This record gives sequence, C-alpha cells and structure tokens, in this order.
Amino acid sequence: MGMQKLYLLVPLAPLLGAIVAGLFCRVIPRWVAHGATILGVAVAFVASFVIFQDVMAGNTYNGSVYQWLSSGDYKFEVGFLIDQLTVTMMLVVTFVSLMVHVYTIGYMQDDPGYNRFFAYISLFTFSMLMLVMSNNFMQLFFGWEAVGLVSYLLIGFWYTRPTAIFANMKAFLVNRVGDFGFILGIGLVLAYCGTLDYAAVFAKAPSLANTTISLFADREWATVSLMSATCILLFIGAMGKSAQVPLHVWLPDSMEGPTPISALIHAATMVTAGIFMVARMSPLFELSDTALSFVIVIGAITALFMGFLGIIQNDIKRVVAYSTLSQLGYMTVALGASAYSVAIFHLMTHAFFKALLFLGAGSVIIGMHHDQDIRNMGGLRKYMPITWITSLIGSLALIGTPFFAGFYSKDSIIEAVRMSHIPGAGFAYFAVLAGVFVTAFYSFRMYFLVFHGEERFGKAVQDTHAAHGKHDDHAAHGDDHHADGTCGVYDVHDVHEEHHGLAPGQKPHETPWVVTLPLVMLAIPSVVVGYLGIEPMLFGDYFKGAIVVNHEAHPVMEELAHHFHGATAMALHAVTTTVFWLAAAGVGLSWFFYLKRPDIPAAIKARVEPLYTLLDNKYYFDKFNEAVFAGGARLLGKGLWKGGDVGVIDGFFVNGSARLVGFIANMVRLFQSGHIYHYAFTMIIGVFALLTLWVGRV
Amino acid sequence: MSGTPLLSLAIWVPILAGFTVLATGSDRNAPLARMLALAGAAVGFLVTIPLWTRFDLATPAMQFVELATWIPRFNINYHLGVDGISMLFVILNAFITIIVVLAGWQVIDSKVAQYNAAFLIMSGLMNGIFSALDGMLFYVFFEASLIPLYLIIGVWGGPNRVYAAFKFFLYTLMGSLLFLIALIYLFVQSGGSFSILDWHQLPLGMSAQTWIFLAFLIAFAVKVPMWPVHTWLPDAHVEAPTGGSIVLAAIALKLGAYGFLRFSLPIAPDASHELSGLIVALSLIAIIYIGFVALVQEDMKKLVAYSSIAHMGFVTLGFFMFSAMGIEGALVQMVSHGFISGAMFFSIGVMYDRVHSRQIADYGGVVNTMPKFAAFFMLFAMANAGLPATSGFVGEFMIILGAVKFNFWVAFAAASTMIVGAAYTLWMYKRVVFGAVGNHHVAELTDINAREFLILALLAAGVMVMGLYPLPFTEVMHSSVNELLRHVSISKIQ
Repeated sequence: MGMQKLYLLVPLAPLLGAIVAGLFCRVIPRWVAHGATILGVAVAFVASFVIFQDVMAGNTYNGSVYQWLSSGDYKFEVGFLIDQLTVTMMLVVTFVSLMVHVYTIGYMQDDPGYNRFFAYISLFTFSMLMLVMSNNFMQLFFGWEAVGLVSYLLIGFWYTRPTAIFANMKAFLVNRVGDFGFILGIGLVLAYCGTLDYAAVFAKAPSLANTTISLFADREWATVSLMSATCILLFIGAMGKSAQVPLHVWLPDSMEGPTPISALIHAATMVTAGIFMVARMSPLFELSDTALSFVIVIGAITALFMGFLGIIQNDIKRVVAYSTLSQLGYMTVALGASAYSVAIFHLMTHAFFKALLFLGAGSVIIGMHHDQDIRNMGGLRKYMPITWITSLIGSLALIGTPFFAGFYSKDSIIEAVRMSHIPGAGFAYFAVLAGVFVTAFYSFRMYFLVFHGEERFGKAVQDTHAAHGKHDDHAAHGDDHHADGTCGVYDVHDVHEEHHGLAPGQKPHETPWVVTLPLVMLAIPSVVVGYLGIEPMLFGDYFKGAIVVNHEAHPVMEELAHHFHGATAMALHAVTTTVFWLAAAGVGLSWFFYLKRPDIPAAIKARVEPLYTLLDNKYYFDKFNEAVFAGGARLLGKGLWKGGDVGVIDGFFVNGSARLVGFIANMVRLFQSGHIYHYAFTMIIGVFALLTLWVGRV
Repeated sequence: MSGTPLLSLAIWVPILAGFTVLATGSDRNAPLARMLALAGAAVGFLVTIPLWTRFDLATPAMQFVELATWIPRFNINYHLGVDGISMLFVILNAFITIIVVLAGWQVIDSKVAQYNAAFLIMSGLMNGIFSALDGMLFYVFFEASLIPLYLIIGVWGGPNRVYAAFKFFLYTLMGSLLFLIALIYLFVQSGGSFSILDWHQLPLGMSAQTWIFLAFLIAFAVKVPMWPVHTWLPDAHVEAPTGGSIVLAAIALKLGAYGFLRFSLPIAPDASHELSGLIVALSLIAIIYIGFVALVQEDMKKLVAYSSIAHMGFVTLGFFMFSAMGIEGALVQMVSHGFISGAMFFSIGVMYDRVHSRQIADYGGVVNTMPKFAAFFMLFAMANAGLPATSGFVGEFMIILGAVKFNFWVAFAAASTMIVGAAYTLWMYKRVVFGAVGNHHVAELTDINAREFLILALLAAGVMVMGLYPLPFTEVMHSSVNELLRHVSISKIQ
C-alpha cells in the first residue's frame, strides 16, 4: 500500500466507524457500535505509527487529495501535509482517542445514548485528524469548525439537562467569536498571498514582513503591520478554541458533557488545536514581535488567573478543567516566547497526563455513584487502588515532579520564558513561576481530599442527596432502554451525573478493567514520554522544517540548548531550582491545609470574603457577558424589530402609504358627485389651466 | 447541441402538467391529482438534467438558445437561453418543485388539484424568468409568476393572509411599474429591440444609467428583499402554507438577485460601480440589522424569514464587490440557500402539521419524541449557521474572503454573521428541540414518516454534496462570470 493511501486511511477509518455507529445506531447492538469505532480508531493509530516511522526516515509529504473549489485566480484544495509536527499530533490524537473509546465502554454502559456517543467521538477523531493533517488554511478551518460541532453535540449529549444545553450553545458561540477573527485572518492571508496553501504562504510571507495596511481611509495613524494584524486575528481563533482569556468562559461549562469527552476533547486534543495552529504558523508569527507579545501576555494571564480559580472548586471535574485552562496558558506562553517546539512538547505530555487525570476523575465519579463533589469523598485509595495510583502519577506529572513527563515540558517553558526578550516576557515569567505553586496547591488539594483523609462519603448530608434519594442505581433503569435502540432517548429518571452519591453505609468500588486499563496505559507515557522526548524534540532536529524560528531575533531555543546537559542531569539539577521548591511548597501547604489542619481553609475563606467572592464568581466574566453581550444583543434586536421594522418601515412607510392612498381616494371621491355641472366646471378649469401653461411657454 | 428545445420543455412541461392536474377537478380525485403532479414535477426535473450534462463550460455565451417571433409589431421575441449564471437556477427550481409536491402530499386535503396546479404553473413560469432573453418575455413571466403565489398565500394561507397579500402587492406594484418604464426606455433607446443581450451592448450616458439602475434596484430590491423594503417577507412567510414558504424562499427570492446580474450590472455598468457603495451598505445593514432582529423572533417562520433576508444580504454584497469570488460566492449562496431555507421551512412545517403552532415557546424537547427529525433539523440548523461541510459555508466563506480584499471593514461587518447567525439559529434549536419534553403536545409527537424522511434526505443530500464538493457548481459559472466581470469593467459612456 502506498503511503498516500495510508494517509487517507488515518482520518477515514474513524469516519467509517462513526458512520456505522451513527447512521445505524437504532438497529445495531452495542458491541457493533463500540467494535466498529474502536477498530476504526485502532487502525488510525497503527497507520499513524507506520507513518511516524516513515517520517522519521525522512519522508515528508505535501499534496492534495482533491480540488474543493476554484474561483477567479484562487484554488482551494483538500490535502495533507505530513511532517514531524503533523505526525506527532496524529499519534497523540489517535492514542488518546483509542484509550477514551475503550474507557467509554465502561463509563457509558448504562447510558441509553451509548451508540450515539461512540458515533460522536469517532466523528470527532476524524475531524481532529483532518485539522492536524491539513496542508492549507481552508481545510484547517473545516476541521476547526467540525471539532467545534462535535464538541457542541457532546457537551449537550444529555440534552434534557438545561445546564448542558446552555453550556453547549455557549461553547459554540464563544468559539464563533474566535472564528470571527480567525476567518478574517485567513482572509488577509488569501488577499496578500493569493493562496491558502501553507507551503506557498510560508514561502511568500517573508517578503510581506514589512508590508503595512491602513485600517482607516489610508490615514497614517491607522497604519498597522500586515503580519501583526494577520497573526493577531489568527490567534483570536486560537483564543476561542484553546480557551484563552477572555474567550475561556466556555471551557469550565463544557464539563456538562460526559467525562470521556472532557478528557478527549476538552483536555487532550481539541483545546490544543489553537496551540497546534500557532506552532504550524510559526513562519508567520516569527515575523511579528507585536503578535508574539500579544500571545505571551494572553497566555500568562490565562496560566496564572485560571489557576487561582482551580483552588476554590469543589466539583472534581471543574478542578481539572481550570487546571487545563492554566496549562493551555503555559503552552500559549511558550508560543509567545518563540519556543514552539516546547509548546508542542507540553501539548503532548499534557495530553497524556491530563487525559489520565480526567479519566481518573471519571473513574472516581463511577466509584462514587455519580457524586462529583470532592467534599463528599476522602480515603478512596483503600477502595480504588488503581485509580488512586494512576491519579497520583497524573498529579505528579502535572505539577512537574522531576523525571515525570510534565516536569520536562513545563520546566522548559519556564526556562524559555526566562530567556525571552519579547515585551511582556517579564510578566509572563512571573506568572508561570507563580503558577507552579498554584498548580501544585490545587492539584494536591484535590488529590488529598479525594484519596486521603477522613472518609466523608455515604453520609447523605448534602441537600442534593435528599432530592435524589428516590433514584435507583443506574444500571437498574438503564437496562430498560436496551430494547429500543441506543441512540439515546432519555426519560425523566435518566438525568446522569447529577450528584447522586453513595447511600449511607455504601462503599465506593474500583471500576471495571475497561476503565482502569486506559488509566494504566495513559500513566505510562505520563511518566516516560518527557524523559524520552525532550532531547530529540527540543534540542535535536525533530521539528526541522516543520517549525520555523528566527534564531537571530528570538534565540530562546539556542540558549535553552546551551544549558541542557541531558534529561537525567536536568531532573537532578531541578532540586536546586526555585521552580522545584515552589511546587514542593504547594504540595506541602495543601497537605497541611487539607489533611493536617482542615479548619484553616475555612478560617481563611472567612477572612478574605471579598477575594473569595471574586473567585467564586470567576472574576465576573460570565455575568458580564450575559448582561452586556447576550442582554445587549437581545435588546438591540428588540429595538430594531419593534422600532425599525414595525415602527418606522411598516408603521410609517408601508401602512402610511396605504393610508395616503386611502386619503387621496377619499379626496378624489369628492369630485365624483354625479352632477353634470360639477364636471363641466372642472373641465373649464382644466382647459383654462392648460391654456395658461401653453401661453406661458410661448 | 441537439435540437431538443430543452428550455421550452423546462417551462411548458410543468405548466401543461399543472393544467392537466387542474382538470382532475374536485377533491374526490385528490390521489390522482397528487400522482399527476408528482409525475409532472419529476418529468419537469428530468428535462432540466441535460442542461447540466450537456453544458459547455468553455463558452460564456448563451446556450440551448431558442428564438421565435412573438409580437412582431414591437419586435418582441420568444427568446430563451441559459448561461452559467442562470442554468443552475432552472435545475434548482425543478428540483424544489418535486419537494413542494411531496411536502403537500398528506398535508393539503382541500382543493388538492388547484394547489398542485398552482405550484406546477409557477414552477414553469419561474423557469421562464431564468431563461428569458427578451425583456418583455422576462417581464411577462416575472409578473405572471406572482399570480400563483398570491393564490397560494390567499387560498391556503393563514388567518392574516389578506394583510400579507396586500403588503406583498403594495411593495411589488411599486417595483414593477418602474421596471416596466425602464424596459420601455431601453426599447426606445436601442432603436426598437427588447433583446436583453442587445441592451448589454447599448451605450448609455451616466444619468440614463443611473435612472435605469435605480428603477431596476427598486424592482429587484423588493424581490430579494433588501433592507428596508423587506418587511413583506416575514408576513408572507408566516401566512403562506409550507409549500408556499419553500418556493418563496428557495426560488422566488432568487429572482430579484438574478435580475441584478442579468439587467443592472451589464446594462448599467458605470452606474453599478458608482452606486455600489449604496448596495454594499444596504447589504451590510441586511446582514447585521436583520441578524439581530432574527435573534428576538418568537415565531419560527419569522425567524427563518429574517434569516433569509440576512443570507440574501450576502448575495447582494457578493455581486457588488465586482470580483469572481464575490459573484460566484453569491451564486453559490443563492443555490445553497435554496436547499437550506427550503429545508428549514419544511422542518418547521413538519412540526406545525403536528402541533399547529409556530411559536418557539410552544415547543421544547422535540428530540425526545422525534429523534430522527431532530438529527435532520440539526444538520439544517448548522447549515444555516454556515458550518463547513455544508453548502451554507461555501458561499459565506467565498464572500467573506473576497470582501477582505475588497475592503477589510466590509469583511469585518459581514463576518459578524458567524456569531449572530449561529446565535439565532442555535438559540431557536435549543429552545425547540433540546431540553426535557415541554408540554403534552410535544409528548404526543410522532417522528417523521417515510415521505418526510425522503424530503429531508433529498435536501440533506443537496446541502452535503454542495458543502463537500462545490467545485462542479462553480465550474459551470466561471466562463459566464468572467465575461460578466470583463463586460462590467468597460465603461458604456461615450
């Protein structure tokens, strides 16, 4: 089989699985749905691995599959660019997706929408692969929107829940705000490069480095650099997809979706699309320091301030969600520092350990019978040993413990920012450094509250428990639906993942092997991939040709390489650095607060009430958006409709002209009196008037 | 080309079929009337297929031309022909006619023959509009096609149909009269010719061009409809039966837009350039203003009607950027909107047939009882919001990208539809389809039957094919659009 057919196989195999599971979801049994989709994704993974080896052997590819559209001088094609960056993403996407597929068998086993769920996640895998394998901006945008669609469908998977269907619409619309910038950026690329093909655009870009465009009527003061404008617009797209402040608001709400997709889409793959895109566009971003500054500042704000919010969350998934936001901020900071390869490296390690943490959280949720509140947990390590160990590995990787994957990538980001001289790098350095402490603190707060300490479950003290007291175990009523297909028709009792919790006296239980196996499989790379990957990916020529850095203007990577003396030395050296001790302090403090002296956090919370309120309201972003943008749009719409359409256009012009016609008709009717002398008189007047006119003209 | 008068067949097959259906008479023969109507629509569609398969991509000239003398005294001819601009609309129109006949199959049970006849005759007349090359012939078809539409709204329409028909009439009357005056002026100026192609070559001074352009503008703007002469459309849609709404949105709105390309641009190119700023401004107002108005609609049909106006704003915007991307994007948008708006109105009709309400507030949780329908409706809602891989994306993508080159801020304003368009469509979808079962009407809904499935599947196929592989659709346009652009770039002032 030729390599090109293999390239095609990678996205098409999951698509085929999605079609089987989706179109026939009513008629096929469950094993066909998960069998077909898992087979599709497994094929894609194996094919990606073969392609990976081929690329390592030096065979990259750039070619089109078919011409999508042509118009005027422009051609738009669907095609693949297969290089080191692509193949790295392909491996990450297909591997995590495969793990999530297997996990889903266990997680969704009682759900009436079982087949539909598999169709969606396979469709997602297809879309994500089309996104990363694209060789042009058009197909990139295609994949970009397609993953957004599947994300929308999956956040609203439990479509009877009001919070879920609000969250999915919010996610789609906030992403559309990003896409609004993104498509204008693509428009600028097309307008000035005449093509959307990556290779051609990157070849042309350096000659446009000093081009300026006028934003307002050719005035001097409105002149901006073309590259800065293009890159910032493209980055606005990334801000939506990769949830950077202020377009981050959709990601915490996306936790309304089932946990497997939180791991796959909202942690490991889709949300990293923005990071991938900027790395792919490195030849453009390297031409604009303004854009890089913008990127680094946005990333730094996200990295630090979203971390703070993780501290006060009590929903296990929301803690992980805010940690994802913060880590996406780290990746963005790396992009801004021109350390694109480091960003991709962190993207990869993060995909493994964050998927692990999410799936671990899902395992805990199953064990806790769909209670997500960490205040109701504690001491779970006794009951769920595999989940406990793997979650510990994930947390250690996340906080950057030496030798773990996250250590190598996160430490490299911090070092890269330290070396960067781009405006805003100083602030970013402070933010990522402080973020280390915050990350360690909230990660181990969650870890200690869930797995250690007092067993707080089964006490039924929460109000929510009383409300759901009547609920049976899930399996009991889930079975009713198996007969009528598994596309998902929910009755009132099927409100999933609400805070059911354990009944008094009930104990948590370890989850089945389909759930724990993916945890173990993800724990392995969460440990080793950093150690193995750092040397070739950051300092070797792994990304040669795929990522372009202007080493003269932005010598960050060269300086990093100068200080690098092997992965083992780096980990050993870490013990002497501030970063390590900040993380250790975070872990120690959380141990002290949540295991040793649990009374302290409450006391602090009472002392700093205003600060807590600010964090609890997530800096008021949601309230602001709801009041100003959503409320404003509705008000404007009402005003234009009632005032413009109904009032002025219909009320004055349309109905007004009708009334005018009526009025004139009434006047004219006065002349139709039926008396012959009236008509004669009118005629004489008329003749007289015409004569006067005629005489006047002569 | 073979000698088969394909365009005459495209016009007269549906019209004759219409009269045959009418001859079945009373509702006792309703099944026969339906079968005949479907057969007529199907044959009418089949005869348009060769227009595409035998279409010569290389030439910008008119193809499948037919010419016969009609009224020699005024040099009025039965002159037909299509180029890359009009060909697709003849086929789309014939396709939509099948959809409309199927859509009324079980729903219309009074005056069945008359109902189907009206649609078939209207279909033939509208094919006449798209293929007429004689100004007076065009005008006759243009005006005659309104009669069936009046009847459809007036006879099978809702409770407030008189007001809607009146509003429609008032608007159209104003436009038609000015249009006729412009045609007669051109007849006189050209030394006694009604040939549209002759008029394209006719030299005209700036002021003459301006007056002609404005007369055309008023006639076409009402049909499109452009802001601010759009307020008849939501009312007409609300009162029209489902089939009427489908034809109105899918085909009738395209007549005005088509007029711009066939009359305004080539006959008055200098005035078109001079007044392009006005059209662009009106188009952007349509996109933004109407988008916000659509957001707050409580009636689903009104919402989709407003959304149609916003989408047609893209069409007029695309025309007046004078670039291949703009015009072809606009044409793609017109065809795509035919599928999507037809599907949206049909979907609303499916729900209306069951619940007898179009109010968003009367629904909620439709997916629970109609999952198959909800899946189709999702596809069309996403297409309406311009999601890639659907036809709704292609035109918007081309026009926005073309607009960036034309003027960045125009593109900026137009691209806002990505947010607003998604907002009004998905907010409606959320309130109607998602959620727990809203009331007992929704609880008692039955999912779509085989007929409804077929209609939705046909439209979905159109939406998807055009979204995944739009190349064949734009290929047929290239020669004609390039020729039009070349023609428009040459001044007619001597």
